[in-house]
Amino acid sequence: MIELLLPARCTGCNACVTACPRDVFDPVPDGPPRIARQADCQTCFLCELYCQEDALYVHPYADHARPQDAGAIEASGLLGAYRRDSGWDEWAEDETLRNQHWRMEDVFRRARGA
Amino acid sequence: MTAGPTHHEADVLIIGGGLAGCWAAITAAQGGARVIVAEKGHCGTSGVAAAGGPGHWWVPPDPGRREEAIARRMATAQGLGDAAWMARIIDRTCRTLPTIASHYRYVPDDDGRIRHHALRGPEYLRALRQKAQAAGAILLDHSPALELLRHADGSIAGARGVSRQGTGGDWVVRAGATILATGGCGFRSHLLGGMNNTGDGLLMAVEAGAVLSGMELSAFFTVVPAGTTMARTMIYSFARYHDAQGRPLDRPPGPHDNAFLAQALAHGPVLCDLSATPEDIRRQLPQISPNVTLAFRRLGIDPFRDRFPIALVGEGTIRGVGGVRVAGPDAGAGVEGLFVAGDVASREPVTGAISGGGAVNAAWALSSGCIAAEAALERVRRHGRRADTPAERTGRAGLHSGRGTEDATAIERAVQAEILSPVKQYFRTEATLATARDRLDAAWAALPHTAGPPTPQARTRRRELAALTATARWCTAGALARRTSLGLHQRADTIAATTPPTSILTGGLDRIWTDSAPAGGPA
Repeated sequence: MIELLLPARCTGCNACVTACPRDVFDPVPDGPPRIARQADCQTCFLCELYCQEDALYVHPYADHARPQDAGAIEASGLLGAYRRDSGWDEWAEDETLRNQHWRMEDVFRRARGA
Repeated sequence: MTAGPTHHEADVLIIGGGLAGCWAAITAAQGGARVIVAEKGHCGTSGVAAAGGPGHWWVPPDPGRREEAIARRMATAQGLGDAAWMARIIDRTCRTLPTIASHYRYVPDDDGRIRHHALRGPEYLRALRQKAQAAGAILLDHSPALELLRHADGSIAGARGVSRQGTGGDWVVRAGATILATGGCGFRSHLLGGMNNTGDGLLMAVEAGAVLSGMELSAFFTVVPAGTTMARTMIYSFARYHDAQGRPLDRPPGPHDNAFLAQALAHGPVLCDLSATPEDIRRQLPQISPNVTLAFRRLGIDPFRDRFPIALVGEGTIRGVGGVRVAGPDAGAGVEGLFVAGDVASREPVTGAISGGGAVNAAWALSSGCIAAEAALERVRRHGRRADTPAERTGRAGLHSGRGTEDATAIERAVQAEILSPVKQYFRTEATLATARDRLDAAWAALPHTAGPPTPQARTRRRELAALTATARWCTAGALARRTSLGLHQRADTIAATTPPTSILTGGLDRIWTDSAPAGGPA
């Protein structure tokens, strides 16, 4: 569930307001958006891909809120990891982060022993 | 409340902007139509494909290969498949999918080849959105449709819904043809990306006169790290499972891969061991499925060293099979002016009695989207938009609020307790199904009393609750009607019987009916 929107990183672009398929965020004039409907979050993590400032943190548990410590999350290196591993935006030209989704069928085949 | 609805006019209205809806939009817009996509969430992140990684059923046109693939699939379809539909989607997928390269960055494999059929979800859906917009489609994001509109002659005239962002308020789209691409119903389980998939299209279609098929083929559950949504299956192909005492759990051969986990979970925690995963795959995982890695890291789990608890998450008709019965090779819904694409449609013609998994379902979504769009274009050419012909609203369930005090959350939990119980769904019996039917009927009867504020969010939520309750009732009615085991429908009390392959049809709202029809049907 979405737990953090870090105001210090947020530029107020409202990309998350638009991109969230569950309409979790509300825009706020002249400020960072608000997590207005946290319980509606579907824990899909996609908002993080659309936040170029890496100002969002979604916790994997989906059933209820698990409040997170903003300082600890900042220090953890977890912010923006999804966007980086996906090779989005400024990571697009990094060879080590190239999309290897095509390997999936080979992995299934190896698991079957084929 | 705002004054009147905002009016739009289109040749083709597409309800739902996921994989199927986007391909329909691209096809219709490229065909010269004015196209509007009404999406509940955000076209590009909404729907189960966006958070996943759809492969597509992919068979190149080499001599004999497609015939062979279809013959194999027909064998697993257990009498419910349709070879003509299979050929249609294989051909369409091969011809159409590579065109996404205009907006999707394919990366060559180790041999320098492009594997056109394997796409990562977030990038794929982003590309589909951009391609649809480039083709001229108008996207209404955060605009859930609530009901279909119908002409006096019975043909569909468009839809009405609400906008949940911006100024809000109601919208009406009048269109010459309407395509339902609302996805399957996951009953608001914690399936990755599935929370918007509440069966809205099934409800709209039935209210407009369509028939459902294969709803009993809906017992499907996927492994997730306990408490999470991360229903990505690849990494579990190397899994071994243990009970809390560390005893290994055996996976007996059977039609439900995860039935043994359901039984074990009914008695206590089940732990997953991924230590058999080869080293190279461990290293590649972040670039194959970045979201799988991130879930484990954030939970502080090293999945290749630590045993971690798992749960089963229900997929309902998403990885199940049932949906609106496809009435012909044009993906018509059996109602004039209405077409179906993707998981809202019954996929029996292409998967038969077993799940289409990601690959067949994605090929179906793409192909049925394109085919429905072409049929919609043809209809508009013949009949025009008819935007000025009077039309009535068809929606009923959950749209008219306010007499009593039933708690929406309590109704939803009651529905989920039946339809999202792995044990009840994997081991169906006459008795468990009859109990489920009675409880679901009670939930349905309580629905009109579910009051709430008249905000767009609350109105959508009420309609979603009606749709998922109705869908649970259709699944249960279908399961009661099919008295023997077949594919995803397993009866623990099955009476051995050989019957000719038939599809189970269902429909109705206050009174649910079932019927059977020869498999393959009119399509």
